[in-house]
Amino acid sequence: MVQLTLPKNSKITEGKTWKRPTGARNVTPFRVYRWNPDDGQNPRMDTYFVDRDDCAPMVLDALIWIKNKIDPTLTFRRSCREGVCGSCAMNIDGTNTLACTKGMDEIKGTIKVYPLPHQPVIKDLVPDLTNFYAQYASIEPWLQTKTPTPEKEWRQSHEDRKKLDDHYECILCACCSTSCPSYWWNSDRYLGPAALLQANRWIGDSRDEATGERLDNLEDPFRLYRCHTIMNCAKACPKGLNPAKSIAEIKKRLVERQV
Amino acid sequence: MAEAETSRRRERPLSPHLQIYRPMLTMMMSIVHRLTGAALFFGMLLVVWWLIAAATGPNAYANVQWFMQTLVGRLILFGYTWALIHHMLGGIRHLIWDLGYGFGPAEREWMAVANLVGSIGLTVVLWFVGYLMLGDIR
Repeated sequence: MVQLTLPKNSKITEGKTWKRPTGARNVTPFRVYRWNPDDGQNPRMDTYFVDRDDCAPMVLDALIWIKNKIDPTLTFRRSCREGVCGSCAMNIDGTNTLACTKGMDEIKGTIKVYPLPHQPVIKDLVPDLTNFYAQYASIEPWLQTKTPTPEKEWRQSHEDRKKLDDHYECILCACCSTSCPSYWWNSDRYLGPAALLQANRWIGDSRDEATGERLDNLEDPFRLYRCHTIMNCAKACPKGLNPAKSIAEIKKRLVERQV
Repeated sequence: MAEAETSRRRERPLSPHLQIYRPMLTMMMSIVHRLTGAALFFGMLLVVWWLIAAATGPNAYANVQWFMQTLVGRLILFGYTWALIHHMLGGIRHLIWDLGYGFGPAEREWMAVANLVGSIGLTVVLWFVGYLMLGDIR
């Protein structure tokens, strides 16, 4: 359902302004979304000042710097710090991206950091992605075959392997799905860009023999057709993939199999 | 103990979305496409009003003609023309996407700009030509 405003318990209030580092000459202000499940308060925006001369260049570096030097309660997910794991996906400077691959020098002025949009918040910058993962599971992301298993591996030509490019690179960080207004309003029934890009990865796999069933599963006014080509997904993807295009390919296949 | 603790916790808040997401051209164009689509519904009512008036008789028709020539009437008609052309060009854009083209980073931007420039340009041209042809009606 379309609800443009935030529910009462989610309205953001002004938070604490933390002390400027003394003697720092190159300072970048950060506005960071905070929510503590234990204090009974609404979410708030805290202001921090990061000493850039003391901190590595990425937004994730700054968050870690804040956690280490100013406020150890600041909570966020991170792991690989090089754009491979997808843990540190969040909304930075108005768009979804990975904190570890977003340079602070790409942003002018105050850097605003929120959790991924329109998700239940567990704490601070950590969203609950249970629904997102369940939707991924619903497209059955594994090889399905009917013919007897060959003695060695399932063979694939170089050309067929190439068809998986721009799909297999997805790290399921959820930047795309949570950037999509259609997903915001209908995430209970619309699968969203990430799950659909993955669905297309299996539909397009020459070794997979469940293409028909996969397409049947997607032929639904909500699961697939809530995509209105808004393109936020393609603009958000930190791996440069294009979920909007993958979704269009699925729609095309659905038409093609009828003629 | 642990259970009692969790039950005291508040329901999880929803993270902000529309309020904080950077407005981007393709996203805004999608919203405008929706709005113009909705506006066309009301524009269709105008057409129906005009047709019914024409079928009813000279007096009713004269009323409609009078209203359409007031400044408000003309503004509404101008807006309707733009909404119609904008939505039509947007429809063509969707058609191109449905054929599997126009998803690249450069294409999707210039197609959005072309849609906007095209709709405004065509509306102005259409009205200009209209006034030229009906030169005597102010």
